[in-house]
Amino acid sequence: MSGVRAQRTENLTKDDDPDRDKTRGIRARQRAIGRELRRMYDGVVSEAVPDEFLDLLRQIDDADDAGDKPAEKKS
Amino acid sequence: MTGQHQTPSSGQQDSPEFKSELLALIPFLRAFARSLTGNQDAADDLAQETLVKAWQSRSTFTPGTNLKAWLFTILRNQFYSDRRRAWRQTPWDQDAAERLPGTSQDQAWSADLSDTARALRQLPDEQREALILVGAGGFSYADAAAICHCAVAL
Repeated sequence: MSGVRAQRTENLTKDDDPDRDKTRGIRARQRAIGRELRRMYDGVVSEAVPDEFLDLLRQIDDADDAGDKPAEKKS
Repeated sequence: MTGQHQTPSSGQQDSPEFKSELLALIPFLRAFARSLTGNQDAADDLAQETLVKAWQSRSTFTPGTNLKAWLFTILRNQFYSDRRRAWRQTPWDQDAAERLPGTSQDQAWSADLSDTARALRQLPDEQREALILVGAGGFSYADAAAICHCAVAL
């Protein structure tokens, strides 16, 4: 086990350490995905809300008006 | 006569206020749903299901706590339960999915989106959610962990 660690330490001093390159590659890739994701997320947030959502809330309103009647059966 | 009704602070939300808060958070629900599904129609369906569930469960929301995190939790649970159901019912057919027609605008969108969505799908679930919630959604690690029902991993 310590032999493995020693070899890794030795590798870290070299420029061509495959583990470090791999880690860097993964981090760079995740940053790129993160940037793209944020761009997409912010883009959707700034979109106008489609009418179907407003209709849905309105329907909830109607159902609520009916439900607010004093004669409503309580569970 | 006053005093015979319970105040809204007892856990029952004041309906008009709750609804206006829901309305204000719709853009974020749509964005979270789009990040999870990678598809506009599926995302909007998911966001609408979430709104209905949130409305039905509004008595379980504690006023003064983070409504956005509460909604995201509902949306996330709905997403995974839909996904489990879909996997049981139909195996994913990539060829059939690619043959589906779409407008040119949609195609530009989804071609653009699919790169991100494909890359996201290759990540473990918890990494993908952390990226979405913390990286894009602006949540703290603690809130993100609460939404995902997991401990904060450092």
